[in-house]
Amino acid sequence: MNQTPTHPSNRRHTLSWVLLEFFGSMNLAITLLVLVAVASVIGTVLQQNQPYPDYVFKFGPFWFEVFRWLGLYDVYGASWFIGILAFLILSTSVCLYRQVPRMLRDMIRFRTNIQPHSLRGFHQHVEWQVVDHDLDATQDAVTEVLQKRGYRWRARTVGDHRVVAAMKGRYNRLGYLFTHAAVVLIGVGGLLDGNLWLKLKEWHGEVVLETHDLAVRDIPPASRLAPGALPAFRGNVMIPEGTAASFVFVRARNGFVLQELPFAIELKDFQVAYHDTGQPKSFLSQVLIHDREKLGDHPLEATIRVNHPFTYRGYSIYQSDFGDGGSVLDLRAWPLTVASLKPTEIEAKVGGSLKVARPGGTLILELSDFRLFNLLPESDAQPGERKFRNFGPSFGFKLRDEGGQAWEYFNYMAPVKLEDRWFFISGMRIQPSAPFTYLHIPADPNNSPERFLRFNARLHDADWLRTWMANFAPAANEDSNLRHDLERVRVSLVELFAQGGSAAVLERAKAVVPADRLQEASALYLNILRDTLAQVFIEVLREEGIDVAQGVGEREEAFFNDALSALSALPAYASPFYLQLASFRQVEASGLQVTRSDGVAVVYTGFAMLIMGVFIMFYTSHRRLWAWLAVEKGATRLLLAGTGNRHQTEFAHEFAILRAMLEQRLGTAEAERSTTTPSSAVPQAY
Amino acid sequence: MAVTVTRETMLESWEQPSFWQRLTIRDGLWALLVMAGSIQLWWLYREYMDGYEIAIQAGSTLALIAWGWYWKPARLFTLAVAALAVLALWRYGTDYSLRQSDFWLKYFLESQVAFMWMSALYVLATVTYFVALFSRSEFIGKTATALTWIATVMGLSGLLVRWRESYLLGTDIGHIPVSNLYEVFILFALMTALLYLFYEDRYRTRAMGGFALLAISGAVAFLLWYAFDREAHHIQPLIPALQSYWMKIHVPANFIGYGAFALAAMLGIAYLLRSGVEAHWPNSLLARVLPPLELLDDVMYKAIALGFAAFTIATILGALWAAEAWGGYWSWDPKETWALIVWLNYAAWLHLRLTKGWRGTPMAWWAVIGLFVTLFAFLGVNMFLSGLHSYGSL
Ligand code: HEM
Repeated sequence: MNQTPTHPSNRRHTLSWVLLEFFGSMNLAITLLVLVAVASVIGTVLQQNQPYPDYVFKFGPFWFEVFRWLGLYDVYGASWFIGILAFLILSTSVCLYRQVPRMLRDMIRFRTNIQPHSLRGFHQHVEWQVVDHDLDATQDAVTEVLQKRGYRWRARTVGDHRVVAAMKGRYNRLGYLFTHAAVVLIGVGGLLDGNLWLKLKEWHGEVVLETHDLAVRDIPPASRLAPGALPAFRGNVMIPEGTAASFVFVRARNGFVLQELPFAIELKDFQVAYHDTGQPKSFLSQVLIHDREKLGDHPLEATIRVNHPFTYRGYSIYQSDFGDGGSVLDLRAWPLTVASLKPTEIEAKVGGSLKVARPGGTLILELSDFRLFNLLPESDAQPGERKFRNFGPSFGFKLRDEGGQAWEYFNYMAPVKLEDRWFFISGMRIQPSAPFTYLHIPADPNNSPERFLRFNARLHDADWLRTWMANFAPAANEDSNLRHDLERVRVSLVELFAQGGSAAVLERAKAVVPADRLQEASALYLNILRDTLAQVFIEVLREEGIDVAQGVGEREEAFFNDALSALSALPAYASPFYLQLASFRQVEASGLQVTRSDGVAVVYTGFAMLIMGVFIMFYTSHRRLWAWLAVEKGATRLLLAGTGNRHQTEFAHEFAILRAMLEQRLGTAEAERSTTTPSSAVPQAY
Repeated sequence: MAVTVTRETMLESWEQPSFWQRLTIRDGLWALLVMAGSIQLWWLYREYMDGYEIAIQAGSTLALIAWGWYWKPARLFTLAVAALAVLALWRYGTDYSLRQSDFWLKYFLESQVAFMWMSALYVLATVTYFVALFSRSEFIGKTATALTWIATVMGLSGLLVRWRESYLLGTDIGHIPVSNLYEVFILFALMTALLYLFYEDRYRTRAMGGFALLAISGAVAFLLWYAFDREAHHIQPLIPALQSYWMKIHVPANFIGYGAFALAAMLGIAYLLRSGVEAHWPNSLLARVLPPLELLDDVMYKAIALGFAAFTIATILGALWAAEAWGGYWSWDPKETWALIVWLNYAAWLHLRLTKGWRGTPMAWWAVIGLFVTLFAFLGVNMFLSGLHSYGSL
């Protein structure tokens, strides 16, 4: 119905016509919509922007490369995705370009050149022979009714007949314009605020992604951007309390660039508040903005909270993370693999590293983290229930050998109660993506790991073991040779156990005993071992000053069993010492996100237009009515027809009202209705 | 069947009066009542509100007035909800522990109890609607409608009471109860019910009731599992990211969308059922009692259009919120992205219907499939994906 007469011309086959036709086609638009949806699904199903080794681990080296090449680790930043968005914008723009003139015309033109046969083709039409009224009077009646119903109209006389063309709600056409222009605006604004600029700079070779974890001063100039170099970016920075930063890291793919800021942010104080249940209540950073150029010597004070960012010179600063800013830890390194019991005292800073000697060379100790609170779900909590327990302070560190291999550890400061007994817990892992496995060192009555450590030290002290064994003599057998042999076996079993746990003992049994007697012999070995360990343990207790004349109590026995489990796990623990946190001075760091998005005004304009457009489009309707009048056989022939571009049922209702009004106005008796089209069964809506 | 235009509507239409002229004394009273209630609320709770929240309250007040003008049954509904909520607040005073001893709280008004009433009544209403459909009994149909209304009253008053309860637990814990999956499921049931009741009233037919309520019963089943198996019904303090006035408008807008899409999908099912039955057993009872295709097609379109409009607003509000909480209006967070997917899906649906004139079976199928896309955005994201929307997981 909106078709304007097409001019038969050879324009049809020109290139520009073909391009317009292609880009403006609805099918292309819907295809693109579906493509964006599918790409978005991929981006949500495959976790984005993870460290690359994780992907290698997950997919294997071959598929890792394929997916990397396809840009699947950063779908929304991939060139092809940006390309699809650009196409969608282009397609919608072309669509607008082609539709808008027609729609504007449609809003203005009344279309008085319509023919009766096309009117009879409308779903809604009705005809009368009006006996009493002449042409003018009928027309008056029609226009009066139209006007009362809020229509605007134009009349035209063509030869022997007249046409009254009317319409209402023509602003519905603006709905299309608003929504589609909004799509273009939001798309363009979004692209401007995306990572397009960084991509362009990379293509031009103006900047290179840095993929190594470097200290700020070591980042090469090629990976640094001057203030304002990126018109839009999102960067992050961790600022320890009492220090300032004038840059952020902008992450991209598996690396980052350093974007300098035209001002510095100093963190005065970072505060976390907690609810009684232990859940965090608020994160808050008190900062000072230093900007010599704009502020001189008077820094600006600001408070930044979650949901309450602070904007300065077009840069918005958000509270996004927190961490350690270099807490100072007093550590006690208890040796685990030698006979000595003297701990080494270490003072170290989180974020720093130091060399530690060990029997076969040196290890690098890197302190990576300190946390004041550790809220973990209560072990008896139902799934879904939120019952938390605070496990107290903890710290994380890595031990790196000369080959670069690193073991990662995570120790709690205070003992933790599990099944009514107390343990010092230390987690260890080799793969960064693997879960921690935990070592449980039983705590002694003084709440210290000392008893266990002394026990362990004794087991590593072959000399002591031998002397003790010789003097200590619950001798069941007087034969000194046999007794001597047994002592040797005992000492070597303990040594084996201390080096490699029960596994090493069984291994030895396998090596020296024929297969058919293996089971029996292993059991015997373990029995002797356990018996010996128990006696050493009793000796350790005695040294502590505990009276063991009446045997050991239940608590000591439980301790012994826990100690055996821990000893068994020690070889895999792989650390030459147990690091105990003696005291600390916490320094917090606040993770701030700094963004710049100049496209935001364009996008928000688009938002406003989109909302208006959608409502106009759905909840208004462009309605057209025509009355065609002519004198026929002494009466006036009146043909009324109409259409609405939305809500056919409502229009049917409207048409019925108009018809009834006209019949009343013209006098039903005189107006002889000839045809009418039944309309839908639905009574009334909206 | 021709459109019936009574003499009254015709005469009423003759002079098309302006919107304001059409308002009656009752409409005026309604507006005054709502305003008075709103001012009273503001007076009571002003210490907890910031400027934005006062603006939101003012906006909601106007919206409620308009709602009551536009759809008269909304008034009685609002009054009933308000009455129950006020009664509960009065019984509570400032002592949360009264919920275990006060008769009214313990058996009717405490939020958890109110939700149980709501759940039971919705399931009952579903069955009753189907009985009404097959027995073609006007009376049973009216009963079903009444049950649905009462369930909705219980549910909404329960939410309001829960709002207060969260403050009774501690002023720093208090928040609007749309903050986790448990609470929004209730909101979802309520929105779907209200949308359905609106179309039932406007189209004067109860034939769609069973289908619409089936979606609600599904939500109720989830809710009960979530509460009893996962103990998810406890009031929890808000994590810092959710402590924002945006939550008050973003979440409800979203759930108008979800509710409308769910309703459309259920009507799609009814459509497919009817067209299938008509094709194979044109003379069966089912072919006669199921809602007519034309009606289903029309309401399905209306629901999707309304849902799309609400969802557009919700997504935009979400983007504005994200600009304040996450450092940018768009972060391609999974929830955000799935909202976009849902939106694109219905945009394509609307295009095909409005510009290509697609109707009937394919659109009904699409509406049904659309529900699965919507459900994934609503639930699947929480279950399977991780992201910034720390909204509650299963
Ligand atoms: C991201 C891209 C797009 C989105 C989100 C979008 C959205 C919409 C929406 C929501 C409607 C409403 C349906 C209605 O009530 O009329 C609509 C209508 C329409 N769209 Fe799109 N659209 C997009 C791209 C396009 C493109 C590229 C074309 C060009 C072929 C197009 C042509 C139309 C037309 C002709 C209408 C009907 C307008 C009317 O009759 O009033 N759209 N669009």
